[in-house]
Amino acid sequence: MSSRLSSASPASLRDDLQAQIHLMQGKRGSERSLPVLPSLSRLLPGGLRPGAAYSIQGSMSLAMALLAGPSRDGSWCGVAGLPDFGVEAAAGFGIALDRLVLVPDPGTSWTPVIAAMADVLSVVLARAPERVAPAEAARLGARLRERSAVLLVLGPWPQSEAVLQVNGYEWSGLGEGHGHLTRQELELEVALRGSSRRASVDLADSGPVGLSRHRMGA
Amino acid sequence: MMLFQLETPVRALVTWFPDWPLVAARLADALPPVVPAAVIGQGVIAACSAEARAEGVVRGLRLREAQTRCPELVVCAVDPVRDAREFEPVVSSLEERTPGVEVLRPGLCATRARGASRYYGGEEAAAGAVLEAADRLGVEARVGIADSVFAAEQAARSTSELSAVLVLPPGSSRDFLAPFPVEVLGQPKLASLLKRLGILTLGNFADLPAADVRSRFGAAGVTAHALASGQDPRTVVPRTPPRKLDQRVEFEPGLDRVDQLAFQLRATADAFVAGVQAEGLVCTELRVLITDEAGSRSERTWGHPRHFTPSDVVDRVRWQLQSQPPVNSRMPDGGTHDGGVARGGLSSPVTRVEFVPVRVDSIAHHGRALFGDGAEEQIHHGLSRIQSMLGHEAVVVPAISGGRLLAERRRLVPWGDSLPAGAPALASRPWPGRIPDPQPATVFASLVPVLLLDANREKVLTDHRGGLLAPPRWFCPGGDPARGRLVVQWAGPWPLRQRWWDADHRLEADRFQLVDGTGEAWLLLLDGQNWWAEARYD
Repeated sequence: MSSRLSSASPASLRDDLQAQIHLMQGKRGSERSLPVLPSLSRLLPGGLRPGAAYSIQGSMSLAMALLAGPSRDGSWCGVAGLPDFGVEAAAGFGIALDRLVLVPDPGTSWTPVIAAMADVLSVVLARAPERVAPAEAARLGARLRERSAVLLVLGPWPQSEAVLQVNGYEWSGLGEGHGHLTRQELELEVALRGSSRRASVDLADSGPVGLSRHRMGA
Repeated sequence: MMLFQLETPVRALVTWFPDWPLVAARLADALPPVVPAAVIGQGVIAACSAEARAEGVVRGLRLREAQTRCPELVVCAVDPVRDAREFEPVVSSLEERTPGVEVLRPGLCATRARGASRYYGGEEAAAGAVLEAADRLGVEARVGIADSVFAAEQAARSTSELSAVLVLPPGSSRDFLAPFPVEVLGQPKLASLLKRLGILTLGNFADLPAADVRSRFGAAGVTAHALASGQDPRTVVPRTPPRKLDQRVEFEPGLDRVDQLAFQLRATADAFVAGVQAEGLVCTELRVLITDEAGSRSERTWGHPRHFTPSDVVDRVRWQLQSQPPVNSRMPDGGTHDGGVARGGLSSPVTRVEFVPVRVDSIAHHGRALFGDGAEEQIHHGLSRIQSMLGHEAVVVPAISGGRLLAERRRLVPWGDSLPAGAPALASRPWPGRIPDPQPATVFASLVPVLLLDANREKVLTDHRGGLLAPPRWFCPGGDPARGRLVVQWAGPWPLRQRWWDADHRLEADRFQLVDGTGEAWLLLLDGQNWWAEARYD
């Protein structure tokens, strides 16, 4: 990644420039984004960007699916403020339970706890607090960028990189008095960097992650 | 004659504490002092008190039989760790009188008789000194002195309450042992074989030529033969008294605030960790004993994923105290202080805190790497920081355990504690009635009351055979019948019946899966008359 050794090809020049910009913004230049499951790679083409916050509205499964990508890749994950987190479903998405830490009740010290978790864990999933001051959110955002951690917030969050809003669920397998739930499809609206688009995602389709495809870099 | 004396084993003094498991249980407050009591191991009586013996309870009796003979018998399970722990002060007290004690097992120890008899002026006087030491601790002891450890043990065991000492003169051990049955050798297989060969006593066995014993019974037989002839090849190997690693601190007057206590304990915790480290060890499991003014004792064992530092030790004391419910009358103004009284109030002032290392490890296994200790170390530090902010139970690691209810299957273990043994095996059992995949993402920590109504807005119920009386039509997630959502798809009832014989853990419920009009999917539980939401698929 050294600029002095780079050839003159436009692609490598762009990479170098990006690295330098990142360095000046206080980020490590060699940092790469965290992978996401294949079913979500259309929504977040670059994966999860370290230092960013993502807002997820209306679905715990979607939050678990987002956690699963980095967890399968060997990252440590944390879950805060969600006493109802379904551990078996998480294991079903491929989250490694031995690298998962729960803080079911952060109490009144929401921001310090999330910041302390983000210090040591790569991805932190948290329920949004009842209200958060913009200045506090900005401080937490700076902490996240410094530690290159990803914050997934279940609920609204003021400074999020992307907002994944679930508008509807589609279930199959259940009839009237017979059958059982087999597949879930989510109707999503994704607002990513100013552009908004709709998509439908089948969460059951989360096979083994092809890591190389998803670590392209932001 | 001189040559013969050199060949004989050194004279040994064996101190035997009768019914030691029982005495230890009473010392540890596991059994009350004067009532008939017994210690149970594998369903049979391992040791019983004199009161119980008077009622006809003997060692080896089955528990049920013992309780028939003595209905008021108080029992507790045998615990070798407790026996050893309670024996430790007894041994140190004996060591003050007769140095060089070897602990044969808890309740039985041996000393070389020569030094003690010379110091006290005779073997009887040495035995008397030992008995006096035991008497000071309030435990009953018997002493036997003989030419070998084995003979001295048998001599001690054949004493009575009235004459607690038996000294066998030099050279008489073989004759003393002769009438004992071969079972006392402690080798059941050999004893059974000898009896079938018509050799019933140690005297008969000792009369056999040693060479024949070797060719017929092998090395174990030769050892037993030597024991029977009063020539125990074992010598007394005195133990090195261990350095005391545990630390205790007493407060006078007692402290009733956690923050005061934490401040006062800091120096003790430093001394504790430094003492363990001076032995080349680190403590990985710690027992904290807290005694308060009212005399109640709180005891808890804490694990540590790495090893305890002084601040970790202080944190454990704080968590242990905070996990006890404080008495409200001691809180004048319910928590207006900065966490001082509301979180730090204790039910009674603490007068004594003890730290006992339960498990130690060599310090070499816990050294710091030259270039830092990698990611896991950082994670541990970060999570410990959150624990010191919120409490030990606030940071948990999840695991899947066995059970039928989803909340039961989720096992949360505080960071630093180890997963209870058997949980993974429990989880891998089949568990009929398990929810088919996918599992619900939201599993309510406690069941949420809801309502499920049929087309006539009546509660949906099952008949006595488990069939549905009417199909569900309306679902009220808040439990308010006026705000119903249309039930679009549903399935059930899936019966859930377990432990009908156990009043505390019985479960008789039916599960339903449904999708309501807003597209949300739920897992419901019908428990007799009440509807609960167990989980939500979202």
